[in-house]
Amino acid sequence: MIRASVIVFPGSNCDRDVKVALERVTGSPVSMVWHGDATVPASDLIVLPGGFSYGDYLRCGAMAAHSPIMKDVIAKANAGTPVLGICNGFQILCESGLLPGVLMRNASLRFICRDVWLKVEATDTFFTRRYAKGQLVRISIAHAEGNYFADAETLARIEGEGRVAFRYSDAKGVVSPDTCPNGAQNNIAGIVSANRRVLGMMPHPERLFEDALGGIDGRKVFESAVESLAAA
Amino acid sequence: MNAAKPAPASAPTTAGAPTITPETVASHGFKGDEYPRLLKILGREPSLTELGIFSVMWSEHCSYKSSRVWLKTLPTTGAQVIHGPGENAGVVDLGDGDCAVFKMESHNHPSYIEPYQGAATGVGGIMRDVFTMGARPVANLNALRFGDPSHPKTRHLVSGVVSGIGGYGNCVGVPTVGGETNFDAGYNNNILVNAMCVGLAKTDKIFTSAARGVGLPVVYVGSKTGRDGIHGATMASAEFDDKSDEKRPTVQVGDPFTEKLLIEACLELMATDAISSIQDMGAAGLTSSTAEMADKGGVGIDLDLDHVPQRESGMTAYEMMLSESQERMLMILKPGREPEAEAIFRKWGLDFAVIGITTDTGRMIVKHKGVIEADLPVPVLANSAPMYERPWVPTVPPKAILPEWVPAPNTLLGTLKSMLAHPQLCSRRWIWEQYDHMVMGDTVIRPGGDAAVVRIHGTKKGLAVTCDVTPRYVTADPVMGTKQAVVETWRNLIAVGADPLAITDNMNFANPERPEVMGQFVGSVKGMSEACRVLDYPVVSGNVSLYNETNGVGIPPTPAIGGVGLIPDTAYMATIALTRPGDLLVLVGREQGWLGQSLYQQIVAEKLEGAPPPVDLADELKAGRLVRGLIREGKVSAVHDVSDGGLLVAISEMALAGGEHGSGLGVELFPYEGKLPPHAIWFGEDQGRYVLAVTPKDAEEVIERARLLALPARIVGRAGGDRLVLKGEAFLPLDELRTAHESWLPGYMGEGPA
Repeated sequence: MIRASVIVFPGSNCDRDVKVALERVTGSPVSMVWHGDATVPASDLIVLPGGFSYGDYLRCGAMAAHSPIMKDVIAKANAGTPVLGICNGFQILCESGLLPGVLMRNASLRFICRDVWLKVEATDTFFTRRYAKGQLVRISIAHAEGNYFADAETLARIEGEGRVAFRYSDAKGVVSPDTCPNGAQNNIAGIVSANRRVLGMMPHPERLFEDALGGIDGRKVFESAVESLAAA
Repeated sequence: MNAAKPAPASAPTTAGAPTITPETVASHGFKGDEYPRLLKILGREPSLTELGIFSVMWSEHCSYKSSRVWLKTLPTTGAQVIHGPGENAGVVDLGDGDCAVFKMESHNHPSYIEPYQGAATGVGGIMRDVFTMGARPVANLNALRFGDPSHPKTRHLVSGVVSGIGGYGNCVGVPTVGGETNFDAGYNNNILVNAMCVGLAKTDKIFTSAARGVGLPVVYVGSKTGRDGIHGATMASAEFDDKSDEKRPTVQVGDPFTEKLLIEACLELMATDAISSIQDMGAAGLTSSTAEMADKGGVGIDLDLDHVPQRESGMTAYEMMLSESQERMLMILKPGREPEAEAIFRKWGLDFAVIGITTDTGRMIVKHKGVIEADLPVPVLANSAPMYERPWVPTVPPKAILPEWVPAPNTLLGTLKSMLAHPQLCSRRWIWEQYDHMVMGDTVIRPGGDAAVVRIHGTKKGLAVTCDVTPRYVTADPVMGTKQAVVETWRNLIAVGADPLAITDNMNFANPERPEVMGQFVGSVKGMSEACRVLDYPVVSGNVSLYNETNGVGIPPTPAIGGVGLIPDTAYMATIALTRPGDLLVLVGREQGWLGQSLYQQIVAEKLEGAPPPVDLADELKAGRLVRGLIREGKVSAVHDVSDGGLLVAISEMALAGGEHGSGLGVELFPYEGKLPPHAIWFGEDQGRYVLAVTPKDAEEVIERARLLALPARIVGRAGGDRLVLKGEAFLPLDELRTAHESWLPGYMGEGPA
């Protein structure tokens, strides 16, 4: 039995998608937690789903970061509960200070929805242990604000601490500005917290978790969580 | 409030309100004897609010006064039809208690004036039509027509419309899975933005708009009312002139975030049994929604506008009744259910207000600040719009031309490359990658093929959706061209393995007061009727957009068709992508080398002449059943219907989409050795054809089964390698073809290939 909670903000629209993926992979029912609640029920992991929380007003994720439930999410994350933020969830993690940096407007200024290639970097994390270091995986992106930016000192720190989980690449594994869909610094697609239990990623692993949807490369994010919990 | 009242002898006017002058009447869009007719019906002069109310109810957009007599001739019934035209959207049965709710609607006029908001609110409006009926929207599509790429406004319009559609649909979280885009000088001053939405509901939980019962609360939910969109319906019922930019204030402003909350709140309330009836506030806002609900239920409605949630101060009754502010719904609740309904809407942060009550007076009485601003008999308001049998002259189709009359190219593959790089045929990826086409986690066939497929959530069934029309065919011959449009959507659904169920139509035409335009409309309806009847593919919803005309120049007739089909088991589908090297490509269907009105003629010979390709509905049925059967038997690895650009274009699209993750799979093309000119064979647009990829062993069987149906079939190529190869010509590497195919649109939009 794995107790996963998905936070539902007004404007979340991938909440059901990630619930389906989690339930299929963990075999356990998932709790949907309303943004206005004060506490997250006791959970083995928490997911902040994709979408347009609060209509992206002010800045993507900025208002959600101050919603009532986030106080408890932050407290639980700081106490070691694993948290996965996907797309808008990554933006919320950055806005709430659980992860460093910010996600700016895509360099093209356009919303982009397509499958991209990612190079797996950190595999010593709660959500990526089932991948192999350097593995190339194909996962979908769908965002207008995925252009990761951090100041030079922060960037050096997260790189130095090996906290980049995924980088955008091409099918051959080339990581360069030409293989970055949104202008992100160092092609960063996902990063983890210092304790390696909070992962924020722009690509949507729940969109490619079964063959019927076009691939299963995203599935290992959830399988990693299951394995990490079993190992704990 | 329920007491019956005698009709007021004089108009309910506020002291000091402007009186009705001939200029006021003209500025409200009344033409000819329409205002005298109104005076006669009312038996008195209307108040200004009443005049405004009638102006929108009698607008072409709301009343269908030029088109209704012809729309009545369309086939709208069938075993699969649960609700045909007349509700907010059509409903078809999907079995197991599931149904699909869908409709297509235009937002042409607003999108030309203000492309981002015009297109965005078009998407929002059509989604409301669908969830109003109790359905969760699961797929959006759009059919877009822009002017010539060299026209100074085209780039701006493409950019605004595409980002508006994406901005709205992406935020609401409904995948935009399909559509089509054309460029043609005929749309230079009147672009077309047709948005389609498909939703899923339970057959026993469909909501309708008829207000049944007296003394029930009329509830307003959603966004506040502002001054945006006042007279939008009237604007959409008139031609443009040089001053059209001044109409910008009549374009509504959308808020997809509110729409998302409204969907969730409405569906949550719909899961209870608190709602008696529900209607979205679309064109003509509060006026149209109250009139329709009251009329369908045979009741009256008293409205007190003091309770309408307002975004701006000092709004008049006239403004509130005519506002087209977005993301608003009107509901009639069952008695005593207000508290639980209000709790749901408050939870989602939405306005909830009781603004009126149903009555037995049969009148719509509008009060504001204690003054009666309108007092009108509902049946008159809802049903008194004039109906015109406008004079029409049939379009005389051009004579067919022989393939020999169209010059041959230097090389076939070189011509293919230039055609695939042309604005008419180039990849639309730049557009659909700006739409989230995967959200909701059920998109099992993505955009770029014949039809997209979304799973019916939690089942193995799939819903196939597509939209299509070829305006150059319709221009030449409205009857045959519209037949072709219906059939092409049908073929697109067949090509993924679906049972085509029904269509929605979006009839975009110029000024119907011109007999030649009305003749195009009439011809189009006739062609549609015939195709729908023969294919058992009825029209269950639709929309008419007339007056797409500027300074007397009209658009090409554009009856966009949206088709919906059912896939019983998504394990048995097909896509256009070639996946197995060594498979043979079998062409099924009759070949005449039809180059009249073809893209080859337009792009290579720079002419559009002759009759468009004829459609043989009996052959279509035979070919369609064969192809669908082969898909369901698991005998084909890829299928593509042959349409724009002909056989060689179809094969190259299959090649480009093929291979691992769409990296491409080449084809060796087998030379044609018959009597027709080769360029007519490779680029002719004969209808009723499919290309199937099958193993060499199954190829013989496919040809034999076609022969038994008296359908020609022949092997036209073999999958393999990374290039297109044709004996006697230099080979064409797929990477080179892909670059040509993918470059034009990003280049045109000034962003380089991304």
